[in-house]
Amino acid sequence: MTKMTKLMGATAVALTMGSAAFADGHGCAAEGRLSIIGNEFPAIQSIAALASACEGVAAEANLTADHQTLNLAGMSGNPAEYTTAVVANSSIIALINEDVIRPLDGLIAEHGSALSPSQLITVDGKVMAVAFMANAQTLMYREDVLNDLGLDIPTSYEEMLTAAEAIRAAGVIENPIGGAYAAGWNLAQEFTNMYLGTGGEFFESGTAKVAINNAAGVEALEMMKALSAYMNPDFLTHDSNATSAEWEAGNVALMNMWGSRSQVLMDAEGSTPEVYENTRITAPLTVGDSGVPATTLWWDGWTVAKNISDEDAAATFIAMAHGVSPTLLNDETMNQAVWLIDGFEPQAANEGVLAAVAAGSKPYPMIPFQGLLHTALGNELSDFMQGNESAEQALADVEAAYTAAAVESGFVAE
Amino acid sequence: MKHSTFFTFVFPSLLAMTLLIVLPVASVVTQSLYAQHEQVIETVQNCGPFGCSDEVSVNQEATKALRDAEPLGRFVGLDNYLNRGHLAAGEVAEAWRASDGIGDFWNKLMNLPFYSAIIFTITFTLIVTPLTIILGFAIAVAVNSANRTIRGPLIFVSLLPFIITPLVGSLVLFWMVDARGVLGQALQWLTANPDLSVKASTPLMWAMLMVYGIWHAAPFAFVVFYAGLQTVNQDTNEAAMIDGANRWQRVRYVTIPHIMPLVTFVTLIQLMDNFRVFEPLVSFNAAAHAQSLSYYIYSDLGGETRLLNSAAATSVLTIICIGILLSPVLVRTWRDFKGA
Repeated sequence: MTKMTKLMGATAVALTMGSAAFADGHGCAAEGRLSIIGNEFPAIQSIAALASACEGVAAEANLTADHQTLNLAGMSGNPAEYTTAVVANSSIIALINEDVIRPLDGLIAEHGSALSPSQLITVDGKVMAVAFMANAQTLMYREDVLNDLGLDIPTSYEEMLTAAEAIRAAGVIENPIGGAYAAGWNLAQEFTNMYLGTGGEFFESGTAKVAINNAAGVEALEMMKALSAYMNPDFLTHDSNATSAEWEAGNVALMNMWGSRSQVLMDAEGSTPEVYENTRITAPLTVGDSGVPATTLWWDGWTVAKNISDEDAAATFIAMAHGVSPTLLNDETMNQAVWLIDGFEPQAANEGVLAAVAAGSKPYPMIPFQGLLHTALGNELSDFMQGNESAEQALADVEAAYTAAAVESGFVAE
Repeated sequence: MKHSTFFTFVFPSLLAMTLLIVLPVASVVTQSLYAQHEQVIETVQNCGPFGCSDEVSVNQEATKALRDAEPLGRFVGLDNYLNRGHLAAGEVAEAWRASDGIGDFWNKLMNLPFYSAIIFTITFTLIVTPLTIILGFAIAVAVNSANRTIRGPLIFVSLLPFIITPLVGSLVLFWMVDARGVLGQALQWLTANPDLSVKASTPLMWAMLMVYGIWHAAPFAFVVFYAGLQTVNQDTNEAAMIDGANRWQRVRYVTIPHIMPLVTFVTLIQLMDNFRVFEPLVSFNAAAHAQSLSYYIYSDLGGETRLLNSAAATSVLTIICIGILLSPVLVRTWRDFKGA
C-alpha cells in the first residue's frame, strides 16, 4: 500500500512538473497564428511543444522528415500556410533564394532581447534565422573492440583504415566500418566532408564555376573508396537510419555519424549492453595533412515567413523565441542536442559536436548553388564507388551535371 | 444525332479533358522551353554560431525585378532538351567521335544520366509487361479450374500483392533480400557464395526490381483475365473436347482467341504503368544501380534547389516515349476499329 501511494505520489509530481513545463505561459503571451513546419527529431519536437504552449497563440505544427519538400510550397502563398520553418544551413538557402522569409531585425529589437548574438544567422547584415542547436558528423567507436586489440582511437581516416584492417584480420568483425554512403544526399554529404578535409574549395572564388576535378577531389574519392572496402557490401543503400541500425546490431565498430543521433545510439533501447555501454563519441577525423577536420558544422534554426500579417509574424516570433528560451532545458531535453541556449550543460552524447567546433571544422557552405552541386555529387559518384569508372571521370561527370543544372538555374552563363 | 445534341453530350468530358489533361501538358511543354533568369550574384558577409565568412548570395531585389518583367524566365528553345541532363546532343556527338568501337560508345552513352535512365525504363517495361501477362493468365486459368469451394479464398490470396501499397510491398521485399534477410540468405546458400549481396550488384538489383514489378502487377492481369474466362463459350469448348482436343489445345484455340481483346487492354495499361516505374526504386534505395525516367524527374524536383524546367523537359520526353511505345497497339486498335 505504501509502495502504491509513493508511486502515485511520484506520478502526481511528474504530472505537475510536466504540465508546469508546458503550460508555462510566463513571459510568453501573444495574439496571432503560429504554424510550424520542420523536421521530426526529438529536439524540434520539444521546441514545438514549448512554443505551442504560448498563451493566446493559435498553434499548429507539421513535423515531418519531408519538411523540405513542403516548406517552400507552404510559404509561397499569401497568406502563407506556415508562419515559421525550422531549417538548417543548407535548407535555408531555398527559402532565401525564393524570398519567402523575412528579415528579423525589427522583431528582435522589439521582442528578442533574450536571444544571444551567437544565435543569430545574418546574411548581408540582415538576421534571417535564429539558430538553436549545432550538429556535425564525428567519429563514433566501440571502446571494447579497440581495447581488446590494443588499438588507439583513430584521429585520421588513415588510422581508421589501419584499425579496420586489424579488426578484420583478428576476425572480430568482417566489415568494421560503417557510413551513411547511400547514393544521393548521403553520399554527396560524405564527399563534401572529405573534400573539405583535404582542404579543397568547391567553386572558383566569388563565382558559381565549379572546380572539384583536382588533386583534392581525387584524394577525397580514393579515401572514400578505400573505406568502402571495409564496409557492408550494400553500403550504397545505407542511409543514416540503416547505418544506425548496423551500429545497434553490433555489426560495425567505427563510423562517422551525426551528433544528433548519438543520444539514441548510446541509450539502452534497440541494442545490447555490449554495444551501447561501449559506444563512445569523439572528435571528427582528418584526412591527409591539411589539419582541417573532414566534417561540416551545421546549425538548426527557425525563420519567420514573409507573406503573413505583421501581427502573426510577431506572435510567431514571440512563441518561437519562447520555444528556444532556457525554459526548454530540463533533464529530458538536455541531451537531445548541442543547444545554443544559455544554461546548456554538455552531456556525454554531445562531446563529438563540441570537439568538431573546437577543432576548427568548416560550416556547410551557405551558398545559393551548393544544393545543385550536392544533387550532382549524389547522382554521379556512385559509378566510381562501384568501381565502374575512374575518380577523374566521376569528378568530370559531377562538374558536367552541375554545370548543366547551374546554366538552367541561371547561376552560370553558357 | 444532331451536331448540337452530340456536342451537349460530350461537352462535360471535353471540358474535363481540357482542364485535367490538355492544359497541364501545355503548361509542362511551355515550361520545358524556358530556364531561370540569370541570377544576380554578389558577395556578402554571412554570420552565424560558427563565425563570419564572405559568401556569395543572390541579390533579391535585382532578381525580383527580372522575375516581374518575365515571370516564365528566359526563353531557351530546345536547350533544356539538348543539355547533358537530357538528350546530351554535344556529349553524344563527342562520344561518337572519340570512341573506338561500338562498345566504348555504349559505355559513354550509359554514363549520361538520361540514357541510363531510359535504358532501365525500357528494359523494365519490355521484360515485366509480357511476363506479367503470362503469369496473370496462368493464375486465371488455374483458379478457374479449381474447385468452387476454394475459389473465393484463392482469388483473395492472388489479389494480395495488388492490394499492398507499392512502397510497402517493395520495402518488404527490400528487407527480405538483404544479405541478412530470408531471401538473401537463401540465395547465398543456393549459390554457395557467402558474400553474395543483391543490393551491391547492378544485375541482381535490376532482376529484383523486375521480380517485384511482376509480383505486384500479375494480380491485375489475373483479375481481368479471370473475368474474361467466365464468358468463354462453353459450347465451343465442349465441341472441341468431343473433337478430341486436349486441355492445352482448348486453351490455345478456344480460350486465348476469346480473351485476345483483354490481352490488348492489359498490355496497354501495363506498358503505361511499367514505363513510369518509380516506387520500388525509392524503397530499394536503388539510385546507385538503376534510375527510371520518373525517378529522374523526382530527383530534379526533390533537391534543395528545384529544377522545374529540367523536370518539365524530362516529362515531355517521357510522354513522347510512351507515345512511341504505345503506337503499335494503338495502330492495331485503329485497324480493328476500321475493319469493324
